[in-house]
Amino acid sequence: MLEIKNLHASIDGKPILKGVNLRINAGEVHAIMGPNGSGKSTLASIIAGNEAYEITQGDILFEGNSLFDLQPHQRAAAGVFLAFQYPVEIPGVSMMNFMKTAINEIRAQNGLQPMEAAAFLKLVREKQALVELDAKLANRSVNQGFSGGEKKRNEVFQMAMLNPTLAVLDETDSGLDIDALRIVAQGVNALRNPNNAFLVITHYQRLLDYIVPDVVHVLANGKIIKTGNKDLALELEAKGYDWILETTQA
Amino acid sequence: MADNQDELLHEITNREYEHGWSVDLDSETLDPGLTEETVRFISAKKNEPDWLLEWRLKAFRHWQQMTEPHWGLLHYPPILYQSLSYYSAPKKKPELASLDEVDPELLNTFNRLGISLQEQKMLAGVAVDAVIDSVSVKTTFKENLAEKGVIFCSFSEAVQEHPDLVKAYLGSVVPIKDNFFAALNSAVFSDGSFVYIPKGVRCPMELSTYFRINAMNTGQFERTLIIADDDSYVSYLEGCTAPMRDENQLHAAVVELVALNRAHIKYSTVQNWYPGDKNGKGGIYNFVTKRGNCLGENSLISWTQVETGSAITWKYPSVLLKGDGSKGEFFSVAVTANAQQADTGTKMVHLGKNTSSTIISKGISAGNSNNSYRGLVKIAPSATGARNFSQCDSLLLGSTCGAHTFPSIEVDNATGKVEHEATTSKIAEDQIFYLNQRGIPTEKAVALIVNGYCREVLDQLPMEFAVEARKLLEISLEGSVG
Repeated sequence: MLEIKNLHASIDGKPILKGVNLRINAGEVHAIMGPNGSGKSTLASIIAGNEAYEITQGDILFEGNSLFDLQPHQRAAAGVFLAFQYPVEIPGVSMMNFMKTAINEIRAQNGLQPMEAAAFLKLVREKQALVELDAKLANRSVNQGFSGGEKKRNEVFQMAMLNPTLAVLDETDSGLDIDALRIVAQGVNALRNPNNAFLVITHYQRLLDYIVPDVVHVLANGKIIKTGNKDLALELEAKGYDWILETTQA
Repeated sequence: MADNQDELLHEITNREYEHGWSVDLDSETLDPGLTEETVRFISAKKNEPDWLLEWRLKAFRHWQQMTEPHWGLLHYPPILYQSLSYYSAPKKKPELASLDEVDPELLNTFNRLGISLQEQKMLAGVAVDAVIDSVSVKTTFKENLAEKGVIFCSFSEAVQEHPDLVKAYLGSVVPIKDNFFAALNSAVFSDGSFVYIPKGVRCPMELSTYFRINAMNTGQFERTLIIADDDSYVSYLEGCTAPMRDENQLHAAVVELVALNRAHIKYSTVQNWYPGDKNGKGGIYNFVTKRGNCLGENSLISWTQVETGSAITWKYPSVLLKGDGSKGEFFSVAVTANAQQADTGTKMVHLGKNTSSTIISKGISAGNSNNSYRGLVKIAPSATGARNFSQCDSLLLGSTCGAHTFPSIEVDNATGKVEHEATTSKIAEDQIFYLNQRGIPTEKAVALIVNGYCREVLDQLPMEFAVEARKLLEISLEGSVG
């Protein structure tokens, strides 16, 4: 489904990614772990189409087509979703209006009619329940006055609403207490199916207790230096990033 | 003495006629130029009583002594007042057989604004079919209003039918000497609207929603007078979201509102005059004087405006808070794109005790435009316990536009409480990216962010107007970003 080929990227002339290769098949959950500054969030931003980064080499294929031919909103319509590490506030725009616009813009790009109001409301209620998001938040402005945990749950709520083919979760666990973590994971697990895939970016292993990955990658200094199964995450947790840096360099 | 003067004037004016004036009262358009004779011609054409002619002439004489104000942050070539024609009978638009004959681009805009098919036909000058006869609809509403004693008619009609009311209040809020453009309007105003709401009556409908089509051709010097008697309420809508072109470049309207004891006037405007081309060429110059007088105790006047059109906007809807406990409100969204210039704001003048005012202004600039907020909050020595809250926000789209704020605060009573908040911000890239990531294209994302930014003001508009206004903001800012 997703194939990242020898991806090099830089920001303000400074190289961040130095040849990332990654292949994710439908039905899989991949985790990317790595120390701070290793390029994890850069990778997530580039998949979503953030233009702040310059792609110097390589390609990202999504269902066989280069993502670089698509603008960010077109990637979303194609089924790419990014749960932001720092969700943005949009004053005066209600969550409901935002969500309705998003769904209908995606539908329009895929040649579909706008969703009926009743069907939309039903979907909202269903997905709110899934991430235990207070219904009152729907009337508030996007992310405004949301607590840290509410913002992250709101990202998972949006993911559930848009039902993407590929969801990238950028440190969705950061700043969450254990209850919130469980709820976020519960949301992700409920959405898992043989036709979609997840790329979970995290600094810590604990999220992976709840969202069990099929493949774990370690990203360091702009490259994937090790790939393994879920046990790699546990080993990393026990021995620390220094261990892996030393063993791979050796 | 007076008779002699009149005779003399008559003689002189007759002589002037010989030198190119179209004297024929049946003629439809006056030659360019502005003299006392022009004023007399207009007044005669409208069959006005002597007192009104005298009033116009007084205004004209004052106007001659005045100079055009240039304190606004506006740049435009000199207006050649003697090159303008000051009277032109409303021309009938050519009637088209069906919407198929209308410019498809115009229809596209109508559709996107959500204007009903029936209204589209009227706006575009298509003959309306007999099934829904607009005239009969209007008549029904008029009858409805008449039952409640509400007077809602053209200004010319009011002069003929309700001269006492007009005489009592005309110029009572905006005196003829008030400013250059108000004086000009007073001398040559063509027509406009008149509203009187009797004591204790709550006007049963938004005035002008159903009438806005026929209220459109009132010309460049419009005059509006609204009087709300004790304990009455009225909501008045001015303008139209549909893009409007006009062959007259200069517009100088005057609007006067009078609220008596416990009366409430809500005045909403959507202004979408032709802004000119990308360089501002050919756009409307809009120099408007709007003022309300909260004459009665505990009265309330509320201005809401959405200004997206015109090349030049010079407009400060204000409230004189004379009655004790009266309230003034000003909610404004002003959008400038391309080469548009807007200098707009309000004046809240507190005279009565325990008066209060609220100012919420949202300026949005894009392209090479300039958008200024100019406001005055004045608390007079007599205004014990007065309060004001002002919030003036500016949003910049891009780096070649300008946003300016010129607030003045004068407090002459130590019990007065004045709060002023101001912010200037740019639309953040990360907001746009966030929306993009959810499938929303950049132009739509900007529209959503701008609509959210203006929400406090848009929420003040009557429902159906608000829906159109939101779409209008979206269309006005198209192509401003990205």
